[in-house]
Amino acid sequence: MTEMSIQGRARLLPDDINTDYIISSRRKRVTIDPDLLKQYLLEDYQNGFADTVEEGDILVAGKNFGCGSAMEVAVTVVLASGIRCVMAKSFSRSYYRNAINNGLLPVICDTDDISDGDQLGIFNSGGTLAIHNHTRKTEITAPDLSPMVIAILQAGGLTAYLLEHGDFPKIAKP
Amino acid sequence: MQTPVPGFVSGFGREMTPQPPPGLTISEKILSAHSKGICRAGDSVVCRVDSAMATDGSAPMAIDYFRKMGGKVLREPEKVVFALDHYAPPDNPATVALQDSIRDFTKAQGNVLYEIGAGVGHQLMVEHGHVLPGGLVLGADSHAVAYGSLNAFSTGIGSSDLAAVMLTGKLWLKVPESIHIHLSGKLSVGVDAKDIALELNRRLDSDFTSYKTLEFAGDGVTSLSLEERMVLANMSTEAGAKAGVFEADEKTFAYLRQHSGFEKTDTAVVADPGAIYAATEQIDLSALSPRLALPPRNGAAAEIVEIEKSVGQPVDMVYLGTCTGGRSSDFEKALNVIRQGGAKDPRVQLIITPASDRIFSDLGTSGMLSEFIKFGALVMTPGCGACCGTCGGIPGDGKIVLSAANRNFTGRMGNAKADIYLASPEACAAAALTGVITDPRSILGKAMK
Repeated sequence: MTEMSIQGRARLLPDDINTDYIISSRRKRVTIDPDLLKQYLLEDYQNGFADTVEEGDILVAGKNFGCGSAMEVAVTVVLASGIRCVMAKSFSRSYYRNAINNGLLPVICDTDDISDGDQLGIFNSGGTLAIHNHTRKTEITAPDLSPMVIAILQAGGLTAYLLEHGDFPKIAKP
Repeated sequence: MQTPVPGFVSGFGREMTPQPPPGLTISEKILSAHSKGICRAGDSVVCRVDSAMATDGSAPMAIDYFRKMGGKVLREPEKVVFALDHYAPPDNPATVALQDSIRDFTKAQGNVLYEIGAGVGHQLMVEHGHVLPGGLVLGADSHAVAYGSLNAFSTGIGSSDLAAVMLTGKLWLKVPESIHIHLSGKLSVGVDAKDIALELNRRLDSDFTSYKTLEFAGDGVTSLSLEERMVLANMSTEAGAKAGVFEADEKTFAYLRQHSGFEKTDTAVVADPGAIYAATEQIDLSALSPRLALPPRNGAAAEIVEIEKSVGQPVDMVYLGTCTGGRSSDFEKALNVIRQGGAKDPRVQLIITPASDRIFSDLGTSGMLSEFIKFGALVMTPGCGACCGTCGGIPGDGKIVLSAANRNFTGRMGNAKADIYLASPEACAAAALTGVITDPRSILGKAMK
């Protein structure tokens, strides 16, 4: 993932979307298979949401996305739904880490000027992000990803990183 | 000794007195001791982990990731703890199969397993000596922050991070800034540690608190029991914090001696006098009144108010339990309220779930259990119970729940059509007596007169 481009339609969500809304605990007690769980994506937030998701959609949220439980199915179910990127004003740290570890790109940026259905393009070049709102013809700025985050994303997630390296580096700063 | 002036050039103009480095917070000190050299807020470091916990909610995925990472044998099995607490007991064959996959793994690997009925993993971690002062302990569950009550640095992680710990014994962490939470005074009758936690959540903006540690200090801390400190550390995640940590004192050491036989006191870590904090928040415990978290509405987060504002709201179900409100002292406080009234409102369903088998046993030997049963309580298996809607009682459509737990998202207790309010064990007990939201002081106050 030295370079990565994601194009998709914005799906607007409010502040404080917690992981129980993304996937309910009562669903994951029966299975942790994201392909089975994806039919329940965001059901307690909006019943029927999963049916409206198209491959390539980008979740665009307010602040504190992924708060609450640290459950990782809340990331794998998003990926299984064909979503490759979540943009939010801020993330809960456990969701942010889980996203990176599974190769879901979390983008911290101002999402106020994005409307539901806007066509967005995110270009990630070695951890520097360029974001275009094609519908509104605007640019959105986002901070660069940190070195450890880049290393894990470049490997394709934490599993691939540890398969490749066998261990963490002696110090996290490259 | 004279304090060196920063940048001061001595009389002969040859030597520069170095500026003394600022002191370290508890978080910086613990993470420094577990990585290579001194680290400060903002650094990313690879840390040695002292122990790590996963539940039946997170362990099956962690085992999958561990295998996919090439893991064959646990590096340090004695440091890996699995607790079957979320589905205790399970209500369908698929859940049993997930739990069996954990049992099979443990049998092969020799790590620690707490079976169904032993209790909530977080409570077992502190009760059984898996958490020691100055330690770095992680948990694949957001309420792992509770271990900070024993002066450990602890935070919640996902299953893949836990698998990395299982594989390497380490994890990379960003060293957090800390917010100094200064508590003064003592809680009044009818006011609980839960009310402090709710008040903190009301005051702190999750965007500011995110990635930071709440470091609790002040004479108010001394007055709090370990159980009460656990409530504050546990709920620091609800405020958006990465961790919540206390200094160790005589009460901490006594708790460790009693529960796990740990005698040492020299592993404890204190903040340096010159430690740098991102902010300071002060709470006068003596001035605090009971709080209530209202259910989230229209997608907005829960609002926290003084309980007085909702007095009279009818309640259908009361839940006493969880890693926040399911310890012996919580049940004792609830019974103190219940004894003033004597009879439960027949319209209210009261569910109690001890946080661990030891607590369950304490309830039996102290006679509290039979009091609760006489009062009409439903007693559930120790574990997470009704908190996350996976076992132990589901509220009906349109029903109102008052819970001693930590979280009240829509659907949290298994039904998106029920509303969940959060309050202290005393306030929960008061509602079980009256059938409506009630300020517990109005009941305890009468008893005092």
